[in-house]
Amino acid sequence: MRTGARYALSGLTVAVFAIVFVVPFVFIALNALKNRTEAADLAFSWPTQIQFVQNLIDVIQARDFMVIIAFINSAVLTVASVTLLVILSAMVAFVLQRRPSRLNPLINFAVLAGLMIPPAVVPTIWVLQSVGLFQTMPGLILVEIAFGMSFSIMLFRAFVGTVPRELDEAAITDGAGPLRLFFQIIFPLLKPVIVTVVVVQSVMIFNDFTNPLYFTPSVPTVQLTLYNFQSQFVSEYNLLFMNILLITIPPLLVFLFFNRQLVAGMTSGAVKG
Amino acid sequence: MVTQAPDQSAAVGRGRGAAQRKGTSPRAGSGHAHARGAQWKKVYPLWFYIVPGVIYLAIFIVPTFASFFFSLTRWTLSSWEFIGFDNFVSFFQEPSLSRGLVNTIIYAFLTSGAKVVIGLLLAVLLTTNLVGKTFLRSVVFFPVLVSTVGVGITFKALMNPEDGLINQVLGWFGVSGPGWLTSPDLALFSIIIVDIWKGLGIATLIYIAGIVSIPAEYYEAAKVDGAGAWSRFRHLILPLSRPATATVIILSLIGGLRSFELIWSMTGGGPGYTSDVLASVIYKQYQAGFFGLSTAGNVVLFVLVAVIAIPLNYFLTRRQVEI
Repeated sequence: MRTGARYALSGLTVAVFAIVFVVPFVFIALNALKNRTEAADLAFSWPTQIQFVQNLIDVIQARDFMVIIAFINSAVLTVASVTLLVILSAMVAFVLQRRPSRLNPLINFAVLAGLMIPPAVVPTIWVLQSVGLFQTMPGLILVEIAFGMSFSIMLFRAFVGTVPRELDEAAITDGAGPLRLFFQIIFPLLKPVIVTVVVVQSVMIFNDFTNPLYFTPSVPTVQLTLYNFQSQFVSEYNLLFMNILLITIPPLLVFLFFNRQLVAGMTSGAVKG
Repeated sequence: MVTQAPDQSAAVGRGRGAAQRKGTSPRAGSGHAHARGAQWKKVYPLWFYIVPGVIYLAIFIVPTFASFFFSLTRWTLSSWEFIGFDNFVSFFQEPSLSRGLVNTIIYAFLTSGAKVVIGLLLAVLLTTNLVGKTFLRSVVFFPVLVSTVGVGITFKALMNPEDGLINQVLGWFGVSGPGWLTSPDLALFSIIIVDIWKGLGIATLIYIAGIVSIPAEYYEAAKVDGAGAWSRFRHLILPLSRPATATVIILSLIGGLRSFELIWSMTGGGPGYTSDVLASVIYKQYQAGFFGLSTAGNVVLFVLVAVIAIPLNYFLTRRQVEI
């Protein structure tokens, strides 16, 4: 591309992106800084008086520190679900990819079904209730694992295929059992995809609204605080936007930290285009 | 991603001999013997499947099968009464329920189509030598990270008919903007636009991954042949990013068919029930205590996915293997 055209196109792209993608976030940030009356105008304007600290304190103190409790719940949910999800999915993908067996077509079908078929919500509640896990954190963790497993297995299996079998053979010759082979040899080699799965699933589970709404409405996660806020403070947009800002920080940090590896993991065979 | 795994496992699964004859395995030339027989079966133990299998069976498979039964009942979770197809009859007879089905189809196809077209164009733009393209890539991906409910609330404010930023800006140009979320004809399409805005980042990322993995020699060959930018796009990028297209279509179509959070946070299905989709109908019926009817909605959604997404996935996968 010629230099002039290149700069013109770049300038145009930046301008369009700024309007379409940046303005909504600036809007959130601006309104999170305002006082209640100003925020109620929903205007795209600089606050006459910046109320950052006060709004932050108000959001945290609202409903007996509900946001703090919700953050703890969401952290437990995300860490536990993603950890188990990564280990279990990698194990399934490893055996599925390495060992031809009569089970394979069945498992492949189940994985594909899990990607496509919408979960039947009320019957799931019925199952959870009958084992005493409805309205509990372990129940919600199991739900997130079950619903996230198909996607993770897909990503892992494609990548296990790129790990040479010679490594397995060498390990077996050295007398490694299945657990040592998997956890000491294979699992560390899956790191690029592990990063992809961790980033994608943790953002998805942390941001999940539907499953907590159905399965643990009385155990608040951060997304549910947003919902409660909206009905409780009908006109307190400043607090609402401060809350949005707060709960966006963890996914943003995860992304900033893993940005490079995420794209690398996707190109290296996971979501291979 | 959905598509490449099966042929790969087939090549590996039948062992080196088969792979070599077909010439599909990248390692086909290395040829030394497998660890054989019972010994290697022991290191790939089937019990690795047990824990994930039990979770999946209990939380996903059993409820799916149970839903077929409970959709035929009047159900209170603790007791049920068999009523045949009554739930489905009322589902298709009451406009407040069946409108959700139509809206779901519109929603899924429009969001999916737009993500394919715009995602591909953005990916092409962001793989050329633009100034600041790393920054632009992050910006387009950023909405993916924000909670859907947060996005919904934000755009509800931006689309406010009197105070909202969008109509204010339109006002500068002398256009009086419509009630984006309050007009029955428009609400669903406003939500669709926001869905595209939020999900575009993933589509673009998948397309970028696809375009970047096209070998540089192809571009050089095209250059030698004197291909211009358009014919490079038409004859190189477009056909070679077909796997990416398949992934984007399937992911966004399934996501669109199940979409709930954005609709719930922006309009709650309103005004009236004009922006209701199946997922919001299912939730409303659940909330109202009509568990059998809610589950019937789930079965309708299941059938919709089975009729649209599964054949499409099969078709896209087959096309890809031929290439």
